Amino acid sequence: MFVQSFFQNLLNALQWGSFYALIALGYSLVYGVLLLINFAHGDIFMVGAYIAFFLATLLLGQYAFALPFALPPMAVFVITVLLTMALTACVGVTIERVAYRPLRRKGASRLYVVITALMCGLVLENGNLMLLGANRRSFPELLPTAVYSISGINISNIKILVIIATVCVFLLLETIVRRTKLGMAMRAISYDRMAVPLMGIPLDTVIVFTFVLGSSLAALAGVLFAIAYPVLEPYMGALVGWKAFIAAVIGGIGEIRGAFMGGFLLGFVEIFVAAYFPSTLRDLIAFSILLIFLSIKPTGIFGIARATKI
Amino acid sequence: MRRFTSLILYALLSLVIITAAQGRWVNPYILQIAMFVGINIILSTSLNLVNGYMGEFSVGHAGFMAVGAYITSVLNVWLFSSTKVFGPAVLSPSSAIYLFPVTLILGGIGAAVVGLLVAIPSFRTRGDYLAIITLAVNYIVKSSIENMQVIGGARGFMGMSGIVNAMQEVVNVPWVLIWVLTSVGVTVWLLHRFVNSTYGKGIVAIRDDEIAAEIMSVDTRRMKIVAFMLSSGLAGIAGGLFAHILGYINPGTFTIMKSTEALVMVYLGGMGSLSGAILSAVSLTLILEFFRPLQVAKWVVVPLLLILLMLFRPEGIMGHREFTDVFPALRRFFPSHGKEK
Repeated sequence: MFVQSFFQNLLNALQWGSFYALIALGYSLVYGVLLLINFAHGDIFMVGAYIAFFLATLLLGQYAFALPFALPPMAVFVITVLLTMALTACVGVTIERVAYRPLRRKGASRLYVVITALMCGLVLENGNLMLLGANRRSFPELLPTAVYSISGINISNIKILVIIATVCVFLLLETIVRRTKLGMAMRAISYDRMAVPLMGIPLDTVIVFTFVLGSSLAALAGVLFAIAYPVLEPYMGALVGWKAFIAAVIGGIGEIRGAFMGGFLLGFVEIFVAAYFPSTLRDLIAFSILLIFLSIKPTGIFGIARATKI
Repeated sequence: MRRFTSLILYALLSLVIITAAQGRWVNPYILQIAMFVGINIILSTSLNLVNGYMGEFSVGHAGFMAVGAYITSVLNVWLFSSTKVFGPAVLSPSSAIYLFPVTLILGGIGAAVVGLLVAIPSFRTRGDYLAIITLAVNYIVKSSIENMQVIGGARGFMGMSGIVNAMQEVVNVPWVLIWVLTSVGVTVWLLHRFVNSTYGKGIVAIRDDEIAAEIMSVDTRRMKIVAFMLSSGLAGIAGGLFAHILGYINPGTFTIMKSTEALVMVYLGGMGSLSGAILSAVSLTLILEFFRPLQVAKWVVVPLLLILLMLFRPEGIMGHREFTDVFPALRRFFPSHGKEK
């Protein structure tokens, strides 16, 4: 019995951690390149979930006009995911163009950019609240849920999908960052921002690419989250976003492996605390562990303390 | 004489406000906003000590505010009023009038002790990792309060209006307003003197270069402890006052949103500018009240305005300067940077 509940929780933790990992990857990518904590990222996740909602309901013909042909469920799912990722990437890039780039050009202190990011997040959240109202929306069932029971452990196809998608994304990102020219440019920018434009690398293109990657990952997380927990509300991105940021920092911000590990670690802590303690203690214990962890290892799991020159 | 000009001016201003409140010349709504302006001034100037002068990025100021609010309120309700939870009043309710500042300061001390939770990790951590620690402390405080059923848990805690009434029964003047004005005055005076003193300049030195500061014999650990404890202690006092203005507090008030508000005030005013922090606290509170009829749209309009402001003036209203740098003529009345002594 104990073993069963342990493995069940392990599976839940893997799924829950996947969402954190996907969002944390976006934080880490942007931080790695720009040294900017993009606090609007959690809300981009929310925007992704909402875009997916409207696309999915449109494709399923729940509006006044239905599509002339009925799409198979798998096609609806794939189209929704891809279009959502593309549209959300546009939102992310727009924010970068409108809000962050002018500040960067002016050479503002990066903390002011952080405040601008916070404000962008608020605009997205409350703009959504204003336009769409405070009603919660229930996400349509894109994939028929199937639950397999293996020796008492319930495994749903959605959980498997979420976990596999996250691992694939991680492998893809590692390849992009380690093996491609753009990835090399990204690493170069985080290493020395002054020298990179001198080498003829287009700084702005690389930054836009980073935002495209980060935002589309947040969108993917949004779609998967909406499928797994089909209730959408404007503030859903705020808390998850902050926690994903924490996950990114635990792993060592700026590191892709770190964001991945940190996301899963936070997912494990949260699920297991909720499973074996009263669930009201979840935040308390999770954050206390974080506090102790950061006091012992201040740069996170994979973070490297940079030597300061005088 | 010059040394006391600002003090006398502030005392006169406070007197005018108190008289206006006492004579009921202004309606209670405006009075309440005035008190919130005061609270926000304390919050933004105290956060400015850490975020502006010391150059750290603390995002959990509301946590310290919550500690102060709860300690002060629980002490007051326990001591001066009879409730179901805490039993009969320990002291006579009328003695609240003398002991209110004591409990207020105790709340501040409590918050300062919690500030140690941030100060000690800050020896080894800087920047974004420290930001996470402050964020975690904010969550820990909020979550612990939610789990303490004795003080109401997530339902919140009330009974502070009884204390305020008890104080007003003894001498009928607006006590909370008086304490808000006093605390604002003391906070601004204290911070002004602190950051301009030779000792306090160590904090600015830490911002500019921690290692160089250490070599120049600044005790960086000690300075960090002092800065974090002072900042969080003042936030605790702001929290205690906040609780007594509203008469009801719940953990949901002291979330990241509240911390963000304080952050915005600091960066809007300009990092490391005391007058900027005051100016932005006053203007932001008033702007938020002014846009209240817009309801939800308020939270779209105000952030948009702030983004626009950042685009055109990325260093905040005052930048690193003080009011006396912008208007040098005022130096006749307000002695500037450390020239007194």
